[in-house]
Amino acid sequence: MTKLPTWADVGLVPLISLTLAALVSAGVLLAIGQSPMQALTVMVNGALGSSYAWGYTLYYATSFIFTGLAVTVAFHAGLFNIGGEGQAQLGGLGVALVCLALPWPHWSIALVAAMFGAALFGAAWAAIPAYLQAKRGSHIVITTIMFNYIAAALMIYLLVNVLRPDGQMDPASANFPSGAHLPQFQEIPILQGLFQRFGADGQPRLNAEGLPLYQQVPANVTFFIAILACVLVWVMLWHTRLGYAIRAFGKSEKAAVYAGISPLRIIMIAMLISGALAGLMAINNVMGQAERLVQNSASGAGFIGIAVALMGRNHPLGIFLAAVLFGFLFQGGAALGLETDIPIELRTVVQGLVILFTGALDQMVRMLMGMFFAKKGAT
Amino acid sequence: MASADLGGRQATAAPASPYAIELKGISKAFGSVQANKDINIAIPRGTIHGIIGENGAGKSTLMSILYGFYRADSGQILVNGAPVTIPDSQSAIRAGIGMVFQHFKLAQNFTVLENVILGAEDGPMLNSSLAKARKILADLSREYELDVDPDALIEDLSVGHQQRVEILKALYRQAEILILDEPTGVLTPDEADHLFRILRGLRDQGKTIVLITHKLREIMETTDNVSVMRRGTMVATVKTAETSPEALAELMVGRKVLLEVVKNPAKAGNVVLSVKDLAVKDEHGVLRLKGVSFDIRAGEILGIAGVAGNGQSELLEALGGIAPASGLVVLNGAELPLAGPQANGKARRNAGIAHVPEDRQSLGLIMDFAAWENVGFGYHDDPRYQKNAWLMDNDALRADTAAKMATYDVRPPIPTLAAKSFSGGNQQKIVVAREMDRNPDLLLIGQPTRGVDIGAIEFIHKQIIALRDAGKAVLLVSVELDEIMSLSDRVLVMFDGQIMGERLPAQTDERELGMMMAGMIAK
Repeated sequence: MTKLPTWADVGLVPLISLTLAALVSAGVLLAIGQSPMQALTVMVNGALGSSYAWGYTLYYATSFIFTGLAVTVAFHAGLFNIGGEGQAQLGGLGVALVCLALPWPHWSIALVAAMFGAALFGAAWAAIPAYLQAKRGSHIVITTIMFNYIAAALMIYLLVNVLRPDGQMDPASANFPSGAHLPQFQEIPILQGLFQRFGADGQPRLNAEGLPLYQQVPANVTFFIAILACVLVWVMLWHTRLGYAIRAFGKSEKAAVYAGISPLRIIMIAMLISGALAGLMAINNVMGQAERLVQNSASGAGFIGIAVALMGRNHPLGIFLAAVLFGFLFQGGAALGLETDIPIELRTVVQGLVILFTGALDQMVRMLMGMFFAKKGAT
Repeated sequence: MASADLGGRQATAAPASPYAIELKGISKAFGSVQANKDINIAIPRGTIHGIIGENGAGKSTLMSILYGFYRADSGQILVNGAPVTIPDSQSAIRAGIGMVFQHFKLAQNFTVLENVILGAEDGPMLNSSLAKARKILADLSREYELDVDPDALIEDLSVGHQQRVEILKALYRQAEILILDEPTGVLTPDEADHLFRILRGLRDQGKTIVLITHKLREIMETTDNVSVMRRGTMVATVKTAETSPEALAELMVGRKVLLEVVKNPAKAGNVVLSVKDLAVKDEHGVLRLKGVSFDIRAGEILGIAGVAGNGQSELLEALGGIAPASGLVVLNGAELPLAGPQANGKARRNAGIAHVPEDRQSLGLIMDFAAWENVGFGYHDDPRYQKNAWLMDNDALRADTAAKMATYDVRPPIPTLAAKSFSGGNQQKIVVAREMDRNPDLLLIGQPTRGVDIGAIEFIHKQIIALRDAGKAVLLVSVELDEIMSLSDRVLVMFDGQIMGERLPAQTDERELGMMMAGMIAK
């Protein structure tokens, strides 16, 4: 097969795959008697049309960046970590335990401690499948899937029996103390202006004390930590000995052993980092948005991370872009559910199609492009 | 020819052309690479025709065109004087062309008979096909010394016998033209001799044999005519009797090549490596290396001869820290741990052992990594490649790679090119550069020139001898007897995980070593 030029490989192929996914989605919409154009307009407006919309899109994207990076680090070690969902839920437990432990004096201190808790719990949940893989050859795909179920059951038990405050009806932890509240975008001075609320007369809306009112968005400082995580993962994979060993092991375990790289060590370290990254997602949703631990806190982000990593070609930059795309699909899909009578389930259909075309059928597009470039090269 | 009547196998009406195959102006390009350029060749019927050339010279592409795997961009193929098109291998078989691949395409859990009829059954029920094949096979075996038990399972057969099954398959399909791709790579000298007897027998019956090989000796001994390919073109076709190995080598490489290894007598010093009762079990618990003992001294090359799969790989892996072993190994007076976490490749490198593994593509290199990443492979902890405690100095590694590529003549000298994009010979040079440049006390080197072209072979051999002359110990494992005989100062022959005996190259010959390799002479 002809090797594609880099720009076509990383730019054109995903673009064509996305276009195909969009076309088939349009077909589905037509089939259920809806207008694809209207749906697209609603999605774009709802997810990208205003700073408010972006505040949601980037909130989702933040979660997907963490879970996408988690899948990527394991993938470079040749391991398919499907347990991001469970690791993120356990990360949420870590965050909740840290946040509820003290009346935190300032969010920054709480954040550092909560990050530690999230990473620790996420890594610990990945450690068991990793050890079973390294020592006993139990396939990590199977064990991490099983650990997702175990995590869900464990969380329900803890939320119902241990973390639920007396007298509360729903299975959730107590609300976090106000000192653990992370600044959301509308509370960050530089960004604040973007979220100011205006009345119908175009005048800024003020509260009782005469201060301006802002729109609440869930996107919070965790977004910047996610970007930092992208950079750190990139440096780790391509500029450290550890990353070198992880990638060598992932390409060829046999050769890695020849080079003196210990499979046990690499499997453990790669999975611990992967689990920690998945766990860190909880900073965004549990600490940054819900401010308490609820059931099914990761709400599927762990699985979307697989698609994000796949589409992002297992490179942090690609993951960032893919995470924003999936954030758009998530938020745009929610807007569809709110503003049209298109069922919200359609967003799952669109996501499925995007995953199908960018992941499973990626090679098909690549092959067709290869034939095109081969012809072009021959003439 | 397409007729299923096997009675017509012997001689059909004499065709008009004296040539079994003629290729006229065959060209084939892959992207920007011109694999075959205006190839013209005429192969007379009833001859053995050799085709030689370096790796990447276009031999395999040409044969793939002939066998219908690729279509030529332009040019014409004539079989027995008649133009044919060969869009797939079925057409090649119908045209009377049979192919014996380097890697056999046999169903391991089928019997010989079942393999022979596979794809050439007469109908949905197998019994009549099997009975017919049994009879034909018996005839063929008598005629050509091709004896194999038709009811034996392939997995129980030796490599030499499996190859005969491949030949039988082709003959059963009424092949008049038989193409063999590097047929002796996996055979003992005895088996190879037998194969050539079979081929001569086939030729004498009027079949045409095309023999693709890089071994000049086989060309000289077996063929009637020989064609030489270089960089996609056919540079010459000569009568074998009228040429010499030196002349052929020069045609292949395009410059004069030293075929003989030139070396001074060894000045052996102190014992560098002492091995006692070294044993290795495979993952199924089967003993593969059954307690071998030997010493290697500074400034000598110890050659290990043997047919592949007789414990040589396990020996290299045990010494290289890849496979756990038992026994006693002492390097420069210090005992090496043979099992447990301390027995790993990194520890061995630190102890002064460099290892050029037998299989560079699955062990020695990460094929998807760039050349510069591969130059750091196994040495990525080296302080020279670190910027600080945290970060690797990729620039330093790239610079070092560029320097090594210049010293070891790696082509193309582009450090950022992926390992898989280099030819076999240049991949091997990357591994050799990485391992030898460390100035190790002991070099383990397995199959140093497997799949490597003549020019690079000469270079790698020189490097090995230079290392020896610098007072280092070398353990050389090779299935090429020529290579063992010409490089080694002492030779050990391995068979079935044991050492059959030690010989000095000057006091033995390929016959004796070949017998020992087959397990026939005890110490």
